[in-house]
Amino acid sequence: MPTIVVEIMPKAELLDPQGKAVTGALARLGHAEFSEVRIGKRIELTVDGPVTEELRAAVERLAQELLSNAVIEDVVAITFPEPALDGAGAQGVR
Amino acid sequence: MRIGVVTFPGSLDDRDAQRAVRIAGAEPVALWHGDRELQGVDAIVLPGGFSYGDYLRAGAIAAVSPIMSEVREAAERGMPVLGICNGFQVLVEAHLLPGGLIRNANQQFVRRDQGLRVENADTAWTRDFATGEEIVIPLKNADGGYTADAETLRRIEGEGLVAFRYTGVNPNGSVNDIAGLRNERGNVVGLMPHPEHAVEPGFGPDTSRRMRSGVDGLRFFSSVIGAVAAV
Repeated sequence: MPTIVVEIMPKAELLDPQGKAVTGALARLGHAEFSEVRIGKRIELTVDGPVTEELRAAVERLAQELLSNAVIEDVVAITFPEPALDGAGAQGVR
Repeated sequence: MRIGVVTFPGSLDDRDAQRAVRIAGAEPVALWHGDRELQGVDAIVLPGGFSYGDYLRAGAIAAVSPIMSEVREAAERGMPVLGICNGFQVLVEAHLLPGGLIRNANQQFVRRDQGLRVENADTAWTRDFATGEEIVIPLKNADGGYTADAETLRRIEGEGLVAFRYTGVNPNGSVNDIAGLRNERGNVVGLMPHPEHAVEPGFGPDTSRRMRSGVDGLRFFSSVIGAVAAV
């Protein structure tokens, strides 16, 4: 079944406390070369049927309205499955 | 006078809010997130807790629950709505108040008796305070860092929409020490600290007079009773 992937990151200018904690943990493991870690979300939407233009538009709207909060987050990528000729479902980034 | 308190799955302080309403002299009405019925209430409290387990973002899923479309309509008609802690998060996610709330800057859950300055007494929930008055009520949250983009922040400050600011310490990294907001009309107020936990002597924050005697939260509820009676 086709899966649409929405990727969301906290806004670059905002403090990401999770990322900050992981940066500290990496440093404790001897990896102080990572000056910053930021943690976002990957949301997979599986569709029961074809990915139509209407559905694409709905996903783009919902990514802004519910899946992310534009005040604190950015939608960095929405990946729709490409209708492949061999039916293998290659991924295309939009 | 009937004041509704919405219970979402994961609400924790709904019963405390009901108790505060009762102590202030109004009748609390339990409202359920899955209903579309406000049961004729005169005002609404969105209580603290972790609605929907804070899934996605704190308040995000509650903001699109069935009752919230009714709450939004009522708020737009002018009905007083108070969001406490998670309720404040629900109000910003529902775009009834501007900005957003992120994880506390120190990455920790914070619980303390918190000093606040009432920045705007011209709301349905703060009319029994004086602008500039300092109060103490409990604060307890993990996602209490208020944030907004520079333009929104200028508008909030320019239009006097800051209802409360933290005094003493800023417990969570909120920009401009913002603890709570009002909308333009003054019927919708949201704040991170908990007025419903400071309404009865013996169970509130310590004061200089006596331990646990702080009841500064009571005036939120007496304010709205006065505001509704004045309409």
